[in-house]
Amino acid sequence: MSVLVFCEVLDGKLKKASREALSIGRALAAAAGGDLVAFATDAAGADDAGRYGAKRLYVAKSGGYNTETYTAAMQAAISQSAATIVLLGGTSNGRDLAPRLAARLNAGVASDVDRLEWTGSALRARRPVYSGKVFAAVDITGSPAIATTRINAFPAEESGGGAAEIVEISTSSDSKTKVVETKVSAADEMSIAEADIIVTGGRGLKEGANFSLIRDLAHAIGGAVGASRATVDAGWIDHQHQVGQTGRVVGPNLYIAAGVSGAIQHLAGMSSSKHIVAINKDPEAPIFRIADLGVVGDLFTILPALTEEVKKAKAN
Amino acid sequence: MNSVVCIAQVPDTETRIKIGGDGRHIDENGIKYIVSPFDEYALEEAIRLKEKEGGDVTVLGFGPDRVQQALRESLARGATKALHIKGESGDADSLGIAKVLAAAIKSVPHDLVFFGKQGVGTDNSLVGPMVAELLGYPQINVVTHLEVAGGKVTGHREIEGAEEIIEASSPAVITAQKGMNEPRYASLKGIMAAKKIAIDSKSITDLGLHDSDILNQRVTVVSLELPPEKSGGRKIDGTDPAAAAKEIVRYLKEEVKAL
Ligand SMILES: Cc1cc2nc3c(=O)[nH]c(=O)nc-3n(C[C@H](O)[C@H](O)[C@H](O)COP(=O)(O)OP(=O)(O)OC[C@H]3O[C@@H](n4cnc5c(N)ncnc54)[C@H](O)[C@@H]3O)c2cc1C
Ligand SMILES: Nc1ncnc2c1ncn2[C@@H]1O[C@H](COP(=O)(O)O)[C@@H](O)[C@H]1O
Repeated sequence: MSVLVFCEVLDGKLKKASREALSIGRALAAAAGGDLVAFATDAAGADDAGRYGAKRLYVAKSGGYNTETYTAAMQAAISQSAATIVLLGGTSNGRDLAPRLAARLNAGVASDVDRLEWTGSALRARRPVYSGKVFAAVDITGSPAIATTRINAFPAEESGGGAAEIVEISTSSDSKTKVVETKVSAADEMSIAEADIIVTGGRGLKEGANFSLIRDLAHAIGGAVGASRATVDAGWIDHQHQVGQTGRVVGPNLYIAAGVSGAIQHLAGMSSSKHIVAINKDPEAPIFRIADLGVVGDLFTILPALTEEVKKAKAN
Repeated sequence: MNSVVCIAQVPDTETRIKIGGDGRHIDENGIKYIVSPFDEYALEEAIRLKEKEGGDVTVLGFGPDRVQQALRESLARGATKALHIKGESGDADSLGIAKVLAAAIKSVPHDLVFFGKQGVGTDNSLVGPMVAELLGYPQINVVTHLEVAGGKVTGHREIEGAEEIIEASSPAVITAQKGMNEPRYASLKGIMAAKKIAIDSKSITDLGLHDSDILNQRVTVVSLELPPEKSGGRKIDGTDPAAAAKEIVRYLKEEVKAL
């Protein structure tokens, strides 16, 4: 048996989501008594995969992400590695692939899990449901048991291993879909999905142009820009930035919210953040109920002062 | 141009969720149910295609009797047919639901099959791609913009930091993301017209499936648990911005270790 982790390579390195999935995969392999192995479509991932404990890296030269060709390739890797547990980091591609693969293999899958353990007979996962208003413990039985891991939920820890042994697998290139173009967002637009720090603006910003206050702080602190739905609906910012029940559910190390009231649908999307700072002029704003540090005041004066102070701290 | 739109009925997003007596399901008492928000974008897109090219929009829901309400609302917005598959969807895992929906979809003429990118509540994002696999269709997932022409469908798929433009042959599965369109509200005329449309209701056995194929399969809920109540931390006065900024940075350095 083995634990197989779907890995994505970007500029020769494994994505954070893949490294996190490998780290928890290693613990599961140890508990279940098997090997940790990995899958990628780029052999450049072998160093990183080994560093996070994978013995072998199954490489399919499938090119860029395509649901159908990747499903076929993963199916081959699962069969060759006799994988009984399959993990995928919760990126867009991981979450696109997991259900397709599960249906092909008639297998159980749990998505967006933030805890995983091997019970001896099942893969037990914890998943936030109702956007984190409830946690569900679920057992995935049958083989393989598949899960996508929530980004930032499992710490990425190296195991000190050498490069993974590369095993090439041949696969089919049949697909009914074709990527005709990829439009990359502005280079400095970090995605909120993988960010350790998110700075979010709400309707308290008064107008779209004032998002510059949020961007400046995000830039200074090295974080991504988040937004409440009110600001997205007002057209101030693209919905890729929306945090909440109908946006992205995020769990960064630090979440700073300015001018956000803290509606239940917003809180649902960010309350699992490890540290929360809220800036709001209304001392009764619901966001303060979950903030670790609440600042009652005017964001128009506090944000610029904070950006300056952060820059100073970084310069030291 | 015929479309099927799969409609999940979910608790209103305002709901304060309580855990039911068995510890494995939520307490349904007093819950107001709505059409899952992402399914509204899916439905709107299908209605717009129908308005342009003709054909039918069939809304499909699997679940207990209350699901008919969600289908009724969807008819009022402009769907032309509704199919309700009766059953305890709450005891099925996603693949079980997908098997039911796939079997039902086969019984309805279609070029495109629409889903929400995620059922709000279950937060699985599984059923759409599973149905695509079961039917052998291509999928375009998390779509913010759709074009249909000459037997081909082109969708803009949202991924981290980028957008992919993907072309697929039809029939295809599309899962809708916010931004795809602005869903309309039901008009009075629509509500009246919807009352005249009969909702077709079938059981799982009518589809040639058995309860045992669907219920308590690979993924079972062991228990539900509420997250620990966050107590709220310290509040400081921000009247002096410079002092507040200094205190925030101290917190970020010493407690968060983020600087
Ligand atoms: C089905 C559904 C799904 C939803 N999904 C989401 C979702 O995913 N994400 C989401 O965010 N919302 C969602 N919402 C919307 C949600 O209910 C709220 O309407 C929204 O979050 C409010 O955004 P806001 O906090 O920016 O605006 P508001 O609620 O208007 O709050 C603005 C805040 O700014 C403060 N403020 C004003 N001026 C200043 C100043 N100068 N300095 C400091 N503070 C100031 C005010 O005190 C206030 O608290 C959803 C709603 C529904 C019905
Ligand atoms: N019981 C159901 N009946 C009809 N459609 C459903 C059902 N459950 C899920 N769906 C569809 O599948 C999508 C994704 O749901 P989920 O995989 O649960 O996140 C939803 O947005 C619906 O379009």
